[in-house]
Amino acid sequence: MGIALNEGLSQISLIFIYAAMAIYTAAFLTFANHLSRLASEKKKVQGAATKIERIAIALMILGAVLHAVGVVLRGIAASRVPWANMYEFSITGSLVVVSIFLLALTIKDIRLIATFVSGFALLILGSATSIFYVEVKSLMPALQSYWLVIHVVVAILATAFFNIAAALSIAYLLKTANWIQKSKLKFLATLKRILDLFPSIEKIERLAYRFNIIGFILWSFTLIAGAIWAERAWHRYWGWDTKEVWTFIIWTIYAGYLHANATRGWTGKRSAWLGLVGFLAVLFNFTIVNLFFKGLHVYSGLK
Amino acid sequence: MVISSSRFDGDITTPELTLAGWSRWIWRQLTSMRTALLLLLLLAIAAVPGSVFPQRSADPNGVTQYFDTNPQLAPVLDALQLFDVYTSVWFSAIYILLFISLIGCVVPRTGVHYRALITPPPAAPRLFSRMPASLSVKFAKNSTIPERAEAVLRKQGYRVIRNGKTVSAERGYVRETGNLVFHFSLIGVLIAVGIGGGLSFSGQRVLVEGETFVNNLASYDSFSPGTFFNEGMLVPFSMSLDKFEVDFDLRNQTNVGTPLDFRAYTSSKLTPASPAKPGLIRVNEPLEMPGANIYLTGNGYAPHITIRDAKGNIVFAGANVFLPQSTTYTSLGVIKVPDADRQFGIISFFYPTVETLTTGALTSIYPAPIDPLLTMNVYEGDLGLDSGVPTNVYALDTSKMKQVAGGKSAVKGLRLTLGETVELPNGLGTVTFDDIRRFASLDVSYNPGGIWVLLFALLSLAGVTTSLLVPRRRVWVRQTTEGFEVAALARGDDPILEKVVREVAEELKAKDKK
Repeated sequence: MGIALNEGLSQISLIFIYAAMAIYTAAFLTFANHLSRLASEKKKVQGAATKIERIAIALMILGAVLHAVGVVLRGIAASRVPWANMYEFSITGSLVVVSIFLLALTIKDIRLIATFVSGFALLILGSATSIFYVEVKSLMPALQSYWLVIHVVVAILATAFFNIAAALSIAYLLKTANWIQKSKLKFLATLKRILDLFPSIEKIERLAYRFNIIGFILWSFTLIAGAIWAERAWHRYWGWDTKEVWTFIIWTIYAGYLHANATRGWTGKRSAWLGLVGFLAVLFNFTIVNLFFKGLHVYSGLK
Repeated sequence: MVISSSRFDGDITTPELTLAGWSRWIWRQLTSMRTALLLLLLLAIAAVPGSVFPQRSADPNGVTQYFDTNPQLAPVLDALQLFDVYTSVWFSAIYILLFISLIGCVVPRTGVHYRALITPPPAAPRLFSRMPASLSVKFAKNSTIPERAEAVLRKQGYRVIRNGKTVSAERGYVRETGNLVFHFSLIGVLIAVGIGGGLSFSGQRVLVEGETFVNNLASYDSFSPGTFFNEGMLVPFSMSLDKFEVDFDLRNQTNVGTPLDFRAYTSSKLTPASPAKPGLIRVNEPLEMPGANIYLTGNGYAPHITIRDAKGNIVFAGANVFLPQSTTYTSLGVIKVPDADRQFGIISFFYPTVETLTTGALTSIYPAPIDPLLTMNVYEGDLGLDSGVPTNVYALDTSKMKQVAGGKSAVKGLRLTLGETVELPNGLGTVTFDDIRRFASLDVSYNPGGIWVLLFALLSLAGVTTSLLVPRRRVWVRQTTEGFEVAALARGDDPILEKVVREVAEELKAKDKK
């Protein structure tokens, strides 16, 4: 038959993913170290922080390059796009998150969520390699469609934008949390000093909103593209399959988020919570729904 | 939940509300943004149970199973319509309210937007410094500032009005247009879904290689029509399944036995007299016929079997659909022989590539027929076909039958390789495994609303993109005694408001130098 899977190459790909994880770990620790130094009360320590931050960003770029090589090799090993099961979706998705973050850095100063982004990428890759890992397999006939490229790429992009927005919403909620602001605990006091370094809450809120609106547009497209594909593959454009249900739920939550931002009394904390709930639904959709719910989108490849 | 952002602690003297007053009040509440927001969140929550409990529309077998395993709980859940969430009273109530709220919000906004479109930009504010972005520039050669500002802003796509020393400009009307298009398109989606669903149908049919199917109600194994469907809507074409091919991977170690491609070769005729037209159905590639698309939803083996009685007369001959039980296509089939002298039935397993496990049990290790084997357990007695009550062709009710081969009966179960003939027990005759054919499960569906749903969905996507990404802003320029001022005000989110003010000021200065 026409396909040739390359098991050896997929092992090399895995080595690159592990290498990327090691570098991300270093980047994460360096970013965390940078933050704690910035929050220090000693002037001298604060001064040394910028250099550390530059090292951390360099590490993250290096990690992203290794990560990208791993993803590309996986695609070559399977002789198709590298996002046909949960493992592949995770490694590709986290690469997109890191790339969008690094790209956004050149436009907007969002360095302060770097700790979150690198930590999150690490977490995703960790669960991908330990829980979701599967050998390279060919595409099941239902997935052999150009919609796999369009529908899934846009879904990954949307997820990445929601992800960064969620990081910003967490920052917003921590910064506005009274229990942190007023606490006398040493640990929380340090956290407060770190949070004081973040941009103003108005700025964070606006940024989260902008990432979320892009995410929402991309998610709407994902939903429509999914419906077009479903009409081809499953003889109906919409059938309330569990994955369709959750795509709809996520869309509705973010639609609510957009309305919240235009409703008096719902901006600020409430809309930040909504954005966060939306992203939790995205995570739930990807993990719990994929693994434990019955439905047509059974592509984890796990037994 | 307290939603109101402002609280009032004193006594409220509410005026007496008439019926009209009350309805106005309810209408205002319903169409408020806050209600829309709450209804949206409510809709999200209400959709959740549909992913937890099996739904009749998507997974009818799951519902039956749920009733079997939870006989106490299931009727309660059913009464709450938890197996039909998306057509339930409560789910419908939420989205209908949401759409009423939407209409109540969008229609007046259309009027407002129309008036905004025909009204010139508003006059400049007295104090520019009060605006979210403003700049005061000292500039000696300011005599022609208003004219230049008008030209600059007009070139950038603003609608501009000049009034003495001040210039008012506004742009981004399309933001609200997009917003309205988005919401109206959602109404379009809803209507298209409703009407399309009513006119739609979906029927299932299993077809063995060599069989022909005619598109009428009697031909379907199961059929679910929409509310407005009538049989006259079925175009009476015919379609034969000439050949069914499957590619399984045999080359890549980790992938052995994985299906790579399914192909159903068909020939179809629009009328009995018209020439047969060849076609190909694959997963993701339905066959498009007039008024119906034909999809491939499943496949399996249909071994062809001939049964002769003791005298050698054929009492049964045909291809039987065996349902696959595993990814290696170990398949289960039932053969009923009502026309024999003494009725009997057979429960049979088909192993495309047979292998004996250490326990002695048989299994199939590869889905293609490399070393095929049929096993049969034979039951003698009433098949229950004569009562006229329809029975499941894939199941044999053995409660009134006696097992005569296999299991605990004295005779061992029969085993047949391809082409082999073996003796049936109790003098029932012989059985021959003639041939292996394949079958395809086909779904014949039609939904005329689909294209409209897509059009409205794309329109709403374009609308929402415009309304979220195009900034709407007002810019004012005023000539002052020492130079000029620029101010801007965004309506909604505008990431570059300050930059706009700066750039307008820069350009006004630069233009003068030329």
